[in-house]
Parts: sequence; C-alpha cells; structure tokens
Amino acid sequence: MAMKIGEKPFFDRVDDALDDTFMRQSMANAQDGLRGKKIAATEGDEAIGDWEDWRSAGEEIRRHTLENLDYYLEQLSENFAKRGGHVFFAETAEEANAYIQQVAKKKNAKNATKAKSMVTEEIGLNEALADVGCQVHETDLAEYILQAEEGDRPSHIVVPSLHKNKSQIRDTLKEKAGYSGTDQPEELTAFARSQLRDVFMNADIGITGCNFGVAETGSVSLVTNEGNANMVTSYPETQISVMGMERLVPTWEDLDVMVNLLSRSAVGQKITTYVTNVTPEVGPQSVDGPKDFHLVIVDGGRSKALGTEFQSALHCIRCAACVNVCPVYRHIGGHAYGSIYQGPIGAVLSPILGGYEEYGELPYASSLCAACTEACPVKIPLHEQLIRHRQIYVEEGYADKSEQAAMTAFGIGASTPSLFKIATKGAPTFAKPFVQEGSISNGPGPMKLWTKIREFPAPGKENFRKWFKEHKKGDSRNE
Amino acid sequence: MSKGTIHNRDKFLSHIADRLGRERKTDVSRPDWEYQPQWAVYQEKTSDELCALFNENSEEKGTLVLETTMDQLAETVEYVMKTYGGSPMVATDDGRFAEFGLTDVFDENDVHIWDAELGERNIEKAKQANIGFLFSDVSLAESGTIAQFNDRNIARSVSLLPTTYAAIIPRSTIVPRMTQVTARIHKQVEEGENISPYINFITGPSNSADIEMNMVVGVHGPVKAVHIVILDA
Ligand code: SF4
Repeated sequence: MAMKIGEKPFFDRVDDALDDTFMRQSMANAQDGLRGKKIAATEGDEAIGDWEDWRSAGEEIRRHTLENLDYYLEQLSENFAKRGGHVFFAETAEEANAYIQQVAKKKNAKNATKAKSMVTEEIGLNEALADVGCQVHETDLAEYILQAEEGDRPSHIVVPSLHKNKSQIRDTLKEKAGYSGTDQPEELTAFARSQLRDVFMNADIGITGCNFGVAETGSVSLVTNEGNANMVTSYPETQISVMGMERLVPTWEDLDVMVNLLSRSAVGQKITTYVTNVTPEVGPQSVDGPKDFHLVIVDGGRSKALGTEFQSALHCIRCAACVNVCPVYRHIGGHAYGSIYQGPIGAVLSPILGGYEEYGELPYASSLCAACTEACPVKIPLHEQLIRHRQIYVEEGYADKSEQAAMTAFGIGASTPSLFKIATKGAPTFAKPFVQEGSISNGPGPMKLWTKIREFPAPGKENFRKWFKEHKKGDSRNE
Repeated sequence: MSKGTIHNRDKFLSHIADRLGRERKTDVSRPDWEYQPQWAVYQEKTSDELCALFNENSEEKGTLVLETTMDQLAETVEYVMKTYGGSPMVATDDGRFAEFGLTDVFDENDVHIWDAELGERNIEKAKQANIGFLFSDVSLAESGTIAQFNDRNIARSVSLLPTTYAAIIPRSTIVPRMTQVTARIHKQVEEGENISPYINFITGPSNSADIEMNMVVGVHGPVKAVHIVILDA
C-alpha cells in the first residue's frame, strides 16, 4: 500500500529516528516555528474574535457534512457533471488508479504535473501512471525535492520535506537534476522554478488533490502558496482532481470558515497566497483552462470510520496543527510512523485506513497529553481516539501478553465513555514502578522502547505546556 | 459543452448510508449554524479603516501599495510600468481599463490585451511579460487579498505568469474578508446563476517555506506584486 513508508517494524523505526540528531533538531525547530505562528494567527489575533468560536463553527460544519455525507456527495457530483465534468466514485485505491490510468491512456498522455496532494500519495498514483507510460512531475517544492531523491517519502503532511536540510537538498538536486548552485533556499527555489516552467506548459494532464469540494456548485478548492496549483489547473488540457470522500463542504459560506481555519492553523497565515476554486467551465472555453475535467472521489477505507466512534476523525482538514504540537512527533519525526499520515492524526487515521495489523502500534506514539486535541481547529478528540484504538488493539488480540500488560499500564483498559479521564488518572498509578522523577524509565514491552525517548513525560501527570517549556530548556543539553 | 458522466455513485453512496445506519438521504437542509464568528469581523470598521487595513496587510506580504486617484491613475500605472521592467506587458480583456481611462497608456506602452481569439499566443505573451495588469473584483481588508472571477477574457494567466502582477483596486471593492465574497457567490448560486470557472483569491507574490522553513518569495507564480488602490473609485 502506498500509504506505507518503509519495511522495518515500528519500534525499530523509532530507534533509527532517535539516532538521527539532525532530523530531531529540525523537527523541534519546525514545530516551534509553526506552533508560534499558529498561535499568533489564532488565539493571538484579536481581529477575528474568539478563536474558540471559529473552532466550534468548524466542528459544526464538519459534523453536519459527515452526518449527511451521501447527500452532499450526490450534490457535489451532480453539479460537477452538470457542468460537463466526469465524476468517478472509487471504493479502493486500485479502482481510483485504474480509472485515472484509463483517462491517461485515452489521451495518450505522457506527462502529468501534480500539485501537492496527500490522497494521491495514499493511493500511489504516480506509480500507477508510470505503469501506463505517463510520468508524473511533482511541482510543490517539497514534493519536487522528495521526488528528485527517488524513493524519499513525506515526513509531515504540510511540509513533506521537513526532514531534509538545505545542503542535503542541494546535493540531491546536484546529483539528480544537474543543479550547480549553493545551498541558499532562494537559489534552490529559483532552480525549481526554472526547471518546472516548461514542464507545466507541456503537461498533458494536471493532477490536484482537493482541500475542499463545494457541494452547491461542484467546485474544487485548493489552498496553496507557491502558485504551482494554479499552473497545474491552467495549462494541461485535462484536469484530474482526486479527493478523499470526506473532503467537502455544503456551500461557499462554509468554505469561508474552513479556509480560515486551515490557513491559520497550518501555517499561521490569515489566508494562503492562493485560494483557487476550479469548477468545470461552461460556455466558450478559456484558452488557459482545462477542457476536460475529472473528479475522483476515494473511499479507501474511510467509510470504516463512519458510524463508529472514529467518525469525527474524518472531520480532519489536514492542517497538521496536531502534528506541530505533538511531543512524540518532535522526538521521532515523521518517517518513524511508517505512514504518509504522521503525528496524532496519522496515528488515528492510519489504523482506520490501513488496519491494525500494519498500523496498530501507532496509537502508542502518544503521551496522551491532549495537546493535539487542544490544537485541532475542528475539535477532533484525538487523544480519546488514540486510547480507543489502543483498547481495540489489545481486545482484538494484536498485542502479545507482555505488551498487553505494558499497554494497560500505559493507560488503557478503561471502558467507560470518559476514557481519557480514567486513562490519565489511571496511568500514573499503573506506571508507578517505572516512574522516576516524572519520566517513565525502563517500562516493559513497548514502554521500554518509548523510554528511550529522553524526557518522555509520564502520561497525564504533567501538563503539556509545562513539559514543553521544560523540555525546550533541556534541548541543547540533550540533543 | 458535453454532458458529464458519473460512475459508481449509487453503490458508493448506499454503502455510506449503510455505514451511517440509515437510508439514503435525498433532502437535507443546511442548519442555521450556531457559531458564525465570521460575520462580526471588521463590522465596525469604516471604509477608510478598511482601506487602511487592506494596504497594511498587502504590505505585510511584500506587496507594493500605491494609493492614487482617478485623475492620476494613468500616471501611476505608467510609474509601475517604468519601475517593474516595462515591455513586454499584458492585461486582461476587461472593459474597466477603458472606463478608468487607461486605453491610451496601454496603447502607448504596447501592452498586449488578452484576446481569446488569438488562442495560445496569449499564453506566450503572458509568459514573457514583465508585468500583468488586472482588476480586483473584490478585495479583502483582513489579508490584503484580491479576488478575481476569471473567465476566457479575464484570463487567469495575467496574474500568474508575468514576473509582477499589478492589480487595480477601486476602493469600493474593499470588503472586510472572504465572508462577503463567499456570501455573494452563495447568493448567486441560490438565484440559479452559473459561477465563474476559476475564482481566484490572490495575496501577494507566490512563496514557499519548504526549505528549512525559510520564506522564499517568487516560486511558480509572480515574484512581485503591486496593488494600485484608487481612493475615489
Ligand atoms: S486532526 Fe485536527 S489538528 Fe490534526 S491535521 Fe486534522 S484538522 Fe488539523
């Protein structure tokens, strides 16, 4: 499955990550930077009123949309097709790829440009198109860098190349793309601009994801900064947008709220440089617009969350605010999760989409400090869902005996609705033998591995903010 | 326009309804949301204040703001031409340029006006251009954003391909934030109108912070941006 990153077992990946000092430092820097900007643009921006009201507004819209998902998807597809677009509903990644391959073959397409899209990573679209002789060119700067490296994978859902520093990027582009400049970000970026200009113009197909579909008009909204999504949606004759089936809003008015939540939470911007809304063109065609529109709506396991306690995980708008505050992500980085979806949302989503066999350990990549839940702009109770995953993992027998004991100690095994309270209250008690000065050390099973992460806080015992502060103080000493 | 197609919908949506534990829904009314913080933003601001905010927020993004008046507009536009490299230049095919008295200055300076009949040649022109001139349809005070309802004449390439985009912003187009634009579009939809195929919100030059979180301006879109605000229009 293309969602998967690497072959090593989870705890080995964690070990590898802990040895990578550069990666850990850059994760820490990025988190601090992104988190600071986010706070300034959310709680810190008086102009928009109470940020909590915005979060409630976002939650309300997302909940209603998901509760009526069949209705709004019908509306979206109807409106897209009414304007001449083609809609394909794909239950699986394979179905989505097969449809897109068929479109590419019909057009005899050799080159496609793509704007950043996690769902196309998830379904492995690049490989599928390569199989039918169509090369996909990544155009988002971070994705372009990862593609040049061949086989490198995203480590963050908003900044996929976060794990690479500028000299590594320079070396990659030197070796693979004939770059001869310095490691200055300006120069590296200018190189990508010049390399991709003609690629944009000559592509047969433009591929995008979809930040939000707008049901009332059949529009695809793209929230970006680099201008590449605009290039991708302007010059190729055929546009294919791929959306996770939950990524839509009822109306333009709702789009407004969601774009605000996303721009501010993801990068601390009042609005991203581009918010581009594409709807199949009716009437005389634009010279600089696609003539043929396809919208591929992907389930890919998402429906498994519907009607369950995980339904609200589908409210996610992929802003990565939860990732940017997660103390565990800070230590282990993105690749250790082994999934293209990392951090708290990755640990919630990956087992739903990819199963417990493959991703069941990810929910343990959390200290249950609840910083993720607090940061989430649509109020997904992430840490509660992590606890619930752990519970299912044990109940369904994925964990062996010693692991089970450790997992219980780690704060699961509670069965009342108020899982979190019990877990956070219970964990320190269960974990007591291993707790030394506020950190867990030498716990059994998975906990033992976790305790390799220095300063790992005892679950529920320390308030995250305080821990974060203290941890930061200790960074220079420990890194 | 050929009619579109829809594949696999019924099975897909029935499965969703099943998972949600109910029958398929064919009629849902969107509730009156309990939380609507968007409407209150900048409601108390006067038009002067909104204009000042628009300018301030444009500048924050590295956009040059030039305030002007109707009778000095042509001069201001000429200044922008000189400052940002002059010919070749392009402009959208927009009747407002004539209305605002810019026909002569465009002619004299050899500005290519987008002409849908010329097809791909327009794109070549835009690609080579130093400056692309366009009108903002609605302008957002909160973020210094211009919104364009693009079509075959008001071409999207003009704000995208040239090194600099120069947007003309009649002050009357300034509203508090995106809320006012999306409300307008929503109303248009309710009245059964077709919306523009490309509704584009643009806030300054393109940029990226993908390399070690360093902000770099000028990625695939324009490298520079100019907002020409007409105070008495
Ligand atoms: S779970 Fe919430 S905070 Fe995390 S990426 Fe999704 S929307 Fe953002």
